[in-house]
Amino acid sequence: MYRYDQYDQALVDARVAEFRDQVARRLANEITEDQFKPLRLMNGLYLQLHAYMLRVAVPYGTLSGTQLRMLAHIARRYDRGYAHFTTRQNIQYNWMKLEETPDLLADLATVEMHAIQTSGNCIRNISSDQFAGAAADELADPRPYAELLRQWSSFHPEFSFLPRKFKIAVIASDTDRAAVQLHDIGLQLVRRDGELGFKVWVGGGMGRTPMIGHVVREFIPARQYLSYCEAILRVYNRFGRRDNIYKARIKILVHELGAEEFIRQVQAEWAEMEPRGLDAPQAEYDRIVAQFAAPDYDRAAPDSLDRSDPDFALWVDQNVHAHKQPGYAIATISLKPVGGIPGDASAAQMDLIADLAERYAHDEIRVTHSQNLVFAHVRKADLYAVWTALNDAGLATPNLDLVTDIIACPGLDYCALANARSIPVAQKIAQRFADLDRQHDIGEIKIKISGCINACGHHHAGHIGILGVDKKGEEAYQLSLGGSGAEDASLAKILGPGFSEAGVVDAVEKVIEAYRAVRSGPRERFLDTYRRLGDAPFKAAVYGAVA
Amino acid sequence: MSGVVDSIEDQSPVAGAPPPPETTANIMSLRDAPLYDGPVVALADFGAMSNTAAVRIDPGDDVRALLPHLAGLRLIEVSFPKYRDGRGYSSAQILREAGYAGELRAVGDVLIDQIVFLRRVGFDSFAPAAPLDPSTVVTTLARFPFVYMNAADHRTPIWTLRHG
Repeated sequence: MYRYDQYDQALVDARVAEFRDQVARRLANEITEDQFKPLRLMNGLYLQLHAYMLRVAVPYGTLSGTQLRMLAHIARRYDRGYAHFTTRQNIQYNWMKLEETPDLLADLATVEMHAIQTSGNCIRNISSDQFAGAAADELADPRPYAELLRQWSSFHPEFSFLPRKFKIAVIASDTDRAAVQLHDIGLQLVRRDGELGFKVWVGGGMGRTPMIGHVVREFIPARQYLSYCEAILRVYNRFGRRDNIYKARIKILVHELGAEEFIRQVQAEWAEMEPRGLDAPQAEYDRIVAQFAAPDYDRAAPDSLDRSDPDFALWVDQNVHAHKQPGYAIATISLKPVGGIPGDASAAQMDLIADLAERYAHDEIRVTHSQNLVFAHVRKADLYAVWTALNDAGLATPNLDLVTDIIACPGLDYCALANARSIPVAQKIAQRFADLDRQHDIGEIKIKISGCINACGHHHAGHIGILGVDKKGEEAYQLSLGGSGAEDASLAKILGPGFSEAGVVDAVEKVIEAYRAVRSGPRERFLDTYRRLGDAPFKAAVYGAVA
Repeated sequence: MSGVVDSIEDQSPVAGAPPPPETTANIMSLRDAPLYDGPVVALADFGAMSNTAAVRIDPGDDVRALLPHLAGLRLIEVSFPKYRDGRGYSSAQILREAGYAGELRAVGDVLIDQIVFLRRVGFDSFAPAAPLDPSTVVTTLARFPFVYMNAADHRTPIWTLRHG
């Protein structure tokens, strides 16, 4: 894992001091809320429906046990004993007191964490594959490149007042677990003629105008990717629209210029910028890569597993993935118990997970964009002990990628932007499909719920997407089918007229029952059935027999 | 530490002193040379008046149109009608990359909390719509002891400090 040196620490400490000063000025009424707003937003502090919300960055979704324990402490000390993991691998606290936030940030800084650029029109937290460094199918660990991007983008003077927020994701395998094609910049580590570099997508995104990114470059050498990103950002900063907040993301610029013209402009800009020494020296790549060295694996770890406990075996089959190191496995901790709030964890749960990570998982925890947690390096021989402890804490729900593993934004329960509640819909769907045998029969299906058009719940990328809307003062829900945030990225298509909260739960059940009736066999996923047959059987099931 | 200023030349009006020329009132300078106080023309009007020494770049202007003429310029103003509009940062950075060494002035909605970024992309004078407290400017500019990336102010990035 990356550890701060004196420079990283000095900058985070300086930021805490700066924010403490800004909060003091606000509390003394030396600055107005209007003047304070951009300052707090640069520090991840939003004013929500009931209280301030603080978003803490979890760079590329990687935490140590010490860091997770601090997040638990913050939940206890400054919040109501729990916190919420987000779809960009961050963590949010929903019940903040403004006057306490400087102390909170100071606490975070003691464990090399911060809330810098977790909001505002700047480059946000760099996200990555939650299986980075462990996946059997990856080229190399993508996180060193994400960390270098973190540093390059922190306090970037030219790109701190962009037309709109800017999100970058980095992966290193053909299986996309980070939705790179739905980011402003998506990067996939690839090798060409022996050299590492990146395939680059630009202009993906969700929001009210969802778009899949364009490949703007099949290969940029890793030694030049920072200057190349800098060129992309400069074209965006200069020419991205600023007249309409809903048309201000880079996807609109790429769309309006056309990908070909956008690429031409980026190339022209890069030709100017590349010679200016904007890229990091090789020694810096080497320094960071060394910090992500593989853990000290137990080479004698047995590769076999005792599956005699059927509940454990069920969890292994659903929540455990292959690891590149023999004798090891990747285990996903579901934060989606039936009836729970997707992505929420209590302080006690976080403490337990931190303890388990230190004892069994080389002191690493990952946050997934699906709002679950991961132990990336667990000896197979320890899986049963890990499962037992998780199970006792309500953290061993064997539902990864099943119908109850739902992504949901905070929605109208918390968010000032929301039109409708997301959490109760997720809870009701999960309750409807609580039976595990039924979930396993349905198989992989990704339901994603957003409480407004800003699409924080990724509904455009849901196999089944649900969007909360305001319909003449009532909460209503639109159903979409066929989205994917994976390597086969696609955007979900609206099925038809919307529903009430109860109605949308019924409609989801009708869609899923229709799928079970028409799928080619139990191995055909919902998404593949939808792609094979289109929406006709689902429309008929939900709205009755229309042409 | 490179790039950290020790003092600010405060050119705000002083009680009892004669009023300064209107164009340089409330202007803060980080330059050694005196401020330019002649007339400033908008970029759109610049072509016809090639004897002018000062040009204003508005957010929608293509600053690169000015690059062939930099040698004759003493002042380039970059306007910030709203602090949120960050196009002026790219304009400034492009001018400095092209070798412009004259006065580069940020004008308009220039707030204390933007000043570190403005300084880094090469601005060396500031004409804020609302006056800034000079001592706060000094504190603010000195707040962050290091920088991660290269920019027009030529501060040494951390990765160079790390590896010599």
